[in-house]
Amino acid sequence: MKHIISVLVENKFGVLARVAGLFSARGFNIKSLSVGETIDPTVSRMTIISAGDDQIIEQVIKQLRRLVDVIKVTDLTGEDYVDREMVLIKVNAEPKVRSELMQIIDIFRTKIIDVAPRSFIVEATGDNDKINALIDLLRPFGIKEIARTGCVAMSRGSKSKK
Amino acid sequence: MKKGSEIIVECLERENVKHIFGLPGAVLCDVYDVLHDSPIDFIICRHEQAAAHAADGYARVSGKTGVCMVTSGPGATNIVTGLATAYMDSIPMVAFTGQVPTTMIGDDAFQEADIAGITRTITKHNYLVNDIKDLARIIREAFYIASTGRPGPVLVDLPKDIIHSKTKFEYPEKVSIRGYNPNLKGHPKQIEKIAVKLSEAKRPVIYMGGGVILSNASREVEELAHMLNIPVTSTLMGLGGFPSNDKLFLGMLGMHGTYWANMATNNSDLIIALGARFDDRVTGRIDKFAPDATVVHIDIDPSAISKNITVDIPVVGDVKEVLKHLNEEVKKRIKSKPKRTEWFKEIEKWKAKHPLLYGDGKKGYLKPQWVIEKISELADDSAIITTDVGQHQMWTAQYFKFKKPRTWLTSGGLGTMGYGLPAAIGAKMANPKSIVVNISGDGSFQMNCQEIATAKTYGVPFISIVLNNNSYGMVRQYQTIFYKKRYYATDLDFNPDFVKLAESLGAEGYYVDDEKKFIDIFKKSLKSKLPVVIEVKIEKDEKVFPMVPAGGSVKDILVD
Ligand SMILES: Cc1ncc(C[n+]2csc(CCOP(=O)(O)OP(=O)(O)O)c2C)c(N)n1
Repeated sequence: MKHIISVLVENKFGVLARVAGLFSARGFNIKSLSVGETIDPTVSRMTIISAGDDQIIEQVIKQLRRLVDVIKVTDLTGEDYVDREMVLIKVNAEPKVRSELMQIIDIFRTKIIDVAPRSFIVEATGDNDKINALIDLLRPFGIKEIARTGCVAMSRGSKSKK
Repeated sequence: MKKGSEIIVECLERENVKHIFGLPGAVLCDVYDVLHDSPIDFIICRHEQAAAHAADGYARVSGKTGVCMVTSGPGATNIVTGLATAYMDSIPMVAFTGQVPTTMIGDDAFQEADIAGITRTITKHNYLVNDIKDLARIIREAFYIASTGRPGPVLVDLPKDIIHSKTKFEYPEKVSIRGYNPNLKGHPKQIEKIAVKLSEAKRPVIYMGGGVILSNASREVEELAHMLNIPVTSTLMGLGGFPSNDKLFLGMLGMHGTYWANMATNNSDLIIALGARFDDRVTGRIDKFAPDATVVHIDIDPSAISKNITVDIPVVGDVKEVLKHLNEEVKKRIKSKPKRTEWFKEIEKWKAKHPLLYGDGKKGYLKPQWVIEKISELADDSAIITTDVGQHQMWTAQYFKFKKPRTWLTSGGLGTMGYGLPAAIGAKMANPKSIVVNISGDGSFQMNCQEIATAKTYGVPFISIVLNNNSYGMVRQYQTIFYKKRYYATDLDFNPDFVKLAESLGAEGYYVDDEKKFIDIFKKSLKSKLPVVIEVKIEKDEKVFPMVPAGGSVKDILVD
């Protein structure tokens, strides 16, 4: 099962390696991992997406909590949360397909941020499903390159996890 | 303003450090220069691995944090086994390593190793100091983290420029780390639940591990066991936590545990696990382990709970704290001490079925089991025993009668050959009045025997028994049982002359192949002012029984 784990950590060097190491030591694949500062610059938030047996994920979470530099771990999976990812897609844009392409981009309410004679770079933000759907629709035009940020997530409502 | 080196030594003094085990390197010369005028003793070992094991032995005996200090690069990588050993057995330790200057880190400079990276998964925490302003705080935190919660080794990597630069020194009196708040007291509701379960149980067993020793909870375990008349079994690491001459004691359980301890655990209706982690050496096949038992698990480390087996009543907390509370709850509830006649009768039957026995030896050889029993008899109750890893370790666990906590030092988690001798040095330094005996095999002994020179240098006498079977006995035993005696890579047909080796390193050396001679020499050795090595000739085919094959259940137990 897919798990979205939100981890607040000390913003120090070596912490990312420790956290990632916990997953790799168990032969566990991280599907996506994103890190950035929180409102407190000494604290970073990592959002980790991993898939696996619930019991093993529970162990990983307990092990994460053991790390001295880890401040808080939340498994958002069972909770009400929002998640977003950003992607940049460089897609073939020959003159004869441009209008069709722009229509699709419009429907997805995304933006073209670079125009070249034969290609566009499209920027999109959304949850996993939306990003995947967009990529699927653009694929027939010929995608040259993709850069995805990985997911960030937050629980809904006024409850603060900092 | 103070120099980094002065800050380091002052912090160590404030942490009440009396001994540092180490080996020098140029990077740390500034620190030695300050240590010169400090009351702290720097014990020079002959190998960094040994320095780490000595610090570990010191910690196990004293209950204090052991300290070692080694140089950068090869010095640092040499302590890796020592750190991993301490990590697996949850031993409080702080290791200092020298490092190349911060400006050269990552350049493959001479004697550089990314020791923080290398030790990330075998330390409880580690630090690379890259700002002198953090130095005092980091050292303070290192000692705090090493000794609190589930203890463990912490490494502090000290770049040369940090040691040499200056800052205003302020000793941080208080430690506050937002991600680190060990929980000592157990949840009261859970504790009450256990008390209720205990009053209903017909066939309970207490299963204790190294956590009982680490949290100094022996008295509380005895109280609980006697109040409710509950038999007690122990892991390898828990030995000494309950007096082995107490009639409630079943001996060790697990792979080489007693038949009756394994049967009792497996047939129990309630297991109270105390500071133990349901290691695979204990449980064997998980799905066959104690099928009828309600499992209570008390441990300071939440991640130890329900890791291997599903626990019915978990309590996160310090074993001693939780037991104090539990014992109160039990006292409130019991009207009379349960007799458990049926349960003990059953256990007696198992005991009679497969007792721990060994036959007579051939001429020219001693029975290792007999040797251990004799040592147990001749050394006093507070004698400290260290071992290496192999058959000799298991015979010691089976046949030595441990009576007090912190008298049994062995590498349980990692299984490190070469641990015993340096650990004996640390043990003797922590407790100079105790008799210390290292029980080793001919293979293990050769892994750190150079440390006899250290013992001689510092006047630290202890007895080292070498049970010589001219082989890596435990592995050979596997080949006997599981590989139809196709022996490979396990013979030690050529061994050094252990007597001469001992003498050349400054110890007394003896060769023994006869019972009377053993008794005489051992008695004499107890009074020696020098380290003593006693080589004892044992048969190559001697085996450790009982044995539950790895991954098997008690039903698969081999008794001879
Ligand atoms: C450092 C290390 N290397 C290898 C092993 C694997 N090993 C486990 S027991 C054993 C044999 C030990 O032989 P010896 O010290 O002579 O003891 P015996 O079993 O003969 O009593 C070996 C090689 C180990 N535990 N540690």
